[in-house]
Amino acid sequence: MNINATLLGQAITFAILIWVTMKFIWPPITVALEERAKKIADGLAAAERAKSDLANAETKSQEALKEAKAKAAEIISMSEKRRNEIIEEAKNEARLEADRVLAQAKAEVAQEINKAKEVLRAQVADLAMAGAEKILRREINPSAHAELLTSIRAEL
Amino acid sequence: MSESAGLTSSEYIHHHLTNLQVGQGFWTFNLDTLITSALLGFLILGLFAFVARKATSGVPGKLQSAIEIIFEMVQGQVKDVFHGDPGMVAPLALTIFVWVFILNAVDLLPVDLVPHVLGMAGVGHWRAVPTADPNLTFAMSLTVFILIYAYTFKAKGVGGFLKEALTAPFGAKMAPFNLIFRLIEDLAKPISLALRLFGNMYAGEMVFILIALLPPYLQWLLGAPWAIFHILIITLQAFIFMILTIIYLSMANESH
Repeated sequence: MNINATLLGQAITFAILIWVTMKFIWPPITVALEERAKKIADGLAAAERAKSDLANAETKSQEALKEAKAKAAEIISMSEKRRNEIIEEAKNEARLEADRVLAQAKAEVAQEINKAKEVLRAQVADLAMAGAEKILRREINPSAHAELLTSIRAEL
Repeated sequence: MSESAGLTSSEYIHHHLTNLQVGQGFWTFNLDTLITSALLGFLILGLFAFVARKATSGVPGKLQSAIEIIFEMVQGQVKDVFHGDPGMVAPLALTIFVWVFILNAVDLLPVDLVPHVLGMAGVGHWRAVPTADPNLTFAMSLTVFILIYAYTFKAKGVGGFLKEALTAPFGAKMAPFNLIFRLIEDLAKPISLALRLFGNMYAGEMVFILIALLPPYLQWLLGAPWAIFHILIITLQAFIFMILTIIYLSMANESH
């Protein structure tokens, strides 16, 4: 074991190596590791946030689904009601139309009857006149009995 | 022991334990220790610095991950042991662990490999394992010792240090004994640090040299288990040097 000046040389080397580590090795690795730790922490936080976001979205979608179902049911019931109304309306309209058509037909029939009655009346009068004429050709002077004939015609 | 076929066993061992030196007396430099330790130190820490410069906070590559594992091990130890602002303690601990580990790991190379290759280039002696040279281990432990005192004075001031040295642990009446105890305690720190690492690595190297003296067909029988066991030792010694440094600095930073 011989101690000599090598010791001094080694101490200098050692000091330089410590300086190198302090200056060029320790700080950058520390920075990188701290940054990575922060990144990981951020990532975990983001994952947590995403999880709660997902849960929120799920409840929201559930709610929306429920709402949509309720709305659909409402729409269906409304449409059913409306359909009934429309059917009812149509029925009423049809009934009114039928009544109207019926009334018109009745009126037309009555008119026709009247018309026919008029015609018949005229024809009966003419027939009666013709018959009476034939019977009374010689005895009745149309000009002398015109007043009487007119009154008969009016009565018929 | 091919290159030393003409040597006796003791000559072979002696050859392996002689440093390549220049200079006279105290001003002798062990070139093998200086060159190997500096080369490997700058190589491994250069690799660390290279990776650290490109370090991404995104998905790390394999190399970056490996370095991060070592980094986080050291950081965790410092956090557990050292209370207060770690300052330079953490980089110091990383330097010690990485450097001591890579220097210890040279022990796993075949004992004749480096001396033989350099011998062919005309280099007479070459001790490959720098941590088996007490000059290196004492250089590190004395540097740590100086830092211990720097931290002590920074945390407590000179007055606080003197008060602590004179009154702990037996009270003011036993001041001389307290001082002697403190002296022993403080001196024991760098000496034990240096000698523990040196002793382990020197012994490990010696065992490899002795195994190399066996007949070639028997060497694997002892060499393989010892090398595998030695992987544990080199890691453990690097870890112990690091953790004790952290503990000593932490003690210096806190009052008793």
